[in-house]
Amino acid sequence: MRGRRSLLAPIAATFLAALALASLLAPWIAPHAETAIAGDPWAPWSAKHWLGTDSLGRDMVTRLLYGARNTIAIALAASLLSFAIAVVLAFAAATYRGWIDQLLSRTVDVLMSIPTLIFALVVLSALGSSVPVLIGTIVLLDTTRFYRLARALAVDVMAFEFVETARLRGEGFWWFLRREILPNVSAPLLAEFGLRFSFAALFLSSLSFLGLGVQPPAADLGSMVKENVQAIAFGLAVPLLPAGLLAALAIAVNVLVDWHNRRDAARMAQAR
Amino acid sequence: MSGPILDIAALTIAAGSDRRLLDGVSLSVAPGEVVGVIGESGAGKSTLGLMALGFVRPGCRVVSGQVRLGGTSLLALEPAALRDVRQRRVAYVAQSAATAFNPAWRIGDQVAEIRRLRGRAESEAAFLRDLFARLDLPDPERFGRSFPHQVSGGQLQRAMLAMALAGEPDLVVLDEPTTALDVTTQLEVLRAIRAAIGDRGLAALYISHDIALVAQMTQRMLVLRHGRMVETGPTAAMIAAPREAYTRELVAARTRVDEASGRAGAAPAILAIEGVTAGYASGTAVVKDASLALPRGKVVAIVGQSGSGKSTLARVVTGLLPPRGGALRLDGAALSPDLAGRSRDQRRRIQLIHQSPDAALNPRQRVGEIIGRPLAFFFDRPRVEIEARTRALLRDTELPEDLVERAPQSLSGGQKQRVCIARALAAEPDVLICDEITSALDPLVEDSIVALLARIRAERGLAMLFITHNLALTRRFADEVVVMHQGRIVERGDSEAIFVRPREAYTRVLIAAVPTTEPGWLDRRLA
Repeated sequence: MRGRRSLLAPIAATFLAALALASLLAPWIAPHAETAIAGDPWAPWSAKHWLGTDSLGRDMVTRLLYGARNTIAIALAASLLSFAIAVVLAFAAATYRGWIDQLLSRTVDVLMSIPTLIFALVVLSALGSSVPVLIGTIVLLDTTRFYRLARALAVDVMAFEFVETARLRGEGFWWFLRREILPNVSAPLLAEFGLRFSFAALFLSSLSFLGLGVQPPAADLGSMVKENVQAIAFGLAVPLLPAGLLAALAIAVNVLVDWHNRRDAARMAQAR
Repeated sequence: MSGPILDIAALTIAAGSDRRLLDGVSLSVAPGEVVGVIGESGAGKSTLGLMALGFVRPGCRVVSGQVRLGGTSLLALEPAALRDVRQRRVAYVAQSAATAFNPAWRIGDQVAEIRRLRGRAESEAAFLRDLFARLDLPDPERFGRSFPHQVSGGQLQRAMLAMALAGEPDLVVLDEPTTALDVTTQLEVLRAIRAAIGDRGLAALYISHDIALVAQMTQRMLVLRHGRMVETGPTAAMIAAPREAYTRELVAARTRVDEASGRAGAAPAILAIEGVTAGYASGTAVVKDASLALPRGKVVAIVGQSGSGKSTLARVVTGLLPPRGGALRLDGAALSPDLAGRSRDQRRRIQLIHQSPDAALNPRQRVGEIIGRPLAFFFDRPRVEIEARTRALLRDTELPEDLVERAPQSLSGGQKQRVCIARALAAEPDVLICDEITSALDPLVEDSIVALLARIRAERGLAMLFITHNLALTRRFADEVVVMHQGRIVERGDSEAIFVRPREAYTRVLIAAVPTTEPGWLDRRLA
């Protein structure tokens, strides 16, 4: 068990590093341009097209590189933004309580009561799909989830007497956020971040699959599945490639976060 | 049955590769006998208690030795057989009933669970009623229908005892069963324990750090220190004539009643509380019309059982809980009821030390940061000066200087509380509020903390509001005592005078409830 665990994390880290690097360098390392038609539709794997071509004859390796690039960039931007907003709002609610807490928490409750996919579909049909609108929609939805967890964790920490001591001293909000609360809740928040990032990537892909996400001809893992879904009927693996990459991404992120939290817990236990 | 119920022979338990939690400990308990295990925290008491259930804590392993319960070796049993033993033969009562009960279940269901497991659910109602009545629980007919949060701490502790007795075991392990309780509630629980074990020939292992309780409850006792047996023998003989130095120290720490240093004079009050009434949310007032003056450089103790309002009064003084009425003055100047209205200097001059040092130190900050922060916050000084002051404060609180780099969770309980004291002193306060600061500590550590406070107070001329339910400490340390009962101040006066001539009936009850090592004390109290 221990041996497998300790091997899993390096594999996930290597995979993520390679994927990040490849996405970053996509314009330089991709064999073709993002939208260039390079051969026959659904050509088999060959020396020319390592993973074949898609429904329009675009090179799959190229599409996968750009698809990962777009999906990861949007999901990462959305989850980082919602993480930052939610942590500040949640810690403010936990620190000040009273009407600030009521206002923020009830607003979040209202937002959470709307089914996410329906909410996103309505917003995207009304405003039209573009990258800023996509990020904004995911941020709005994800912030509520982050907020719930962050507030619950912060309220727990605020009950500790070391927080009371800081309050008696008259410390300001940023001190509470940075020094008293955040270090004590970083492990679960980081786990949530990994999960949220995976969900954001999956959610974006669902939207793209439904045609409301990243718009063609730009590549995106979700829209790539959509474009090539017919190929399944012919026994071709084309739509499984972007889907598999998405799954691998989600799993690797979570393995890495788990590994970090175990190491952190072990370090805290050792100091005891 | 002949032979002992429990027989532990030369048991050695290790954690990790070489740290020994128990080292060659032997102990036997005969049917109907109550054996005490005493020692400070970390002595291995709980590890030993759990071994009587054949339970080895995760991360620990048995190096050598034997544990037999009624002749069966527990260490060799399969999990299923071990579970059977724990259902039928031995039960465990933990320190904190609040965490031992599932808050979502009714008490009766939790107490009866073991009988249902064994298919003995018939006549359950009658059984529970008898059991609750025997433990002196109110309204035994209906007590089982309450949820854990609906009953008092002392009642819940007795309910846990009921849970242990429900399986009709041969042996009960009582692990610090009254440590979390105040003295008057403790007496209720001791009475229940007596009733439970006294008349049924039940054997018990009574684990405590309080030698007075062991003296009252047990026939034989075992002194543990660092996992080794220090001394064992009949309780009365050991209390009367302890052979080992460590045992002598334990007995002395409990019986010592030092003459308090310096009596209250007519010094001007640094802190004045005038007719304060306070409470939480919309509930009834917890503190009612309390007035008291804390003279400069003096120690005023506030005593009373839990729920008497003494900690609430402390929260009012610190500004954490704005009072509903009344006024506060610091050094003659009016003090704003809420924290936001107080100046930085006023906040600096009143410092609070909490009961539990574990919760009062941020586990993610190093000791140096914890003590250094008030220095940086209140006094705008260069970094080197702050570091030098931090080290000086560590020395002052009798801690090694190299603690600055350590995380608080690597310290012992006593060291943690010293760090809390150092942090409070860093602000150079005029008033120190100590809220039950020794009640989470062992008697020997408590002793050394009180000695430290006495020295600091003499050196710095600090005034202290010393909140405690431990009257023995009060007599030793305070100049003046204020007794609180149900939110009101019922008596006040010179600390020695209150001890010798308590005027109020309630004060007499409090004083009489402090356990002593004197033989037969509990019998007289319960008679």
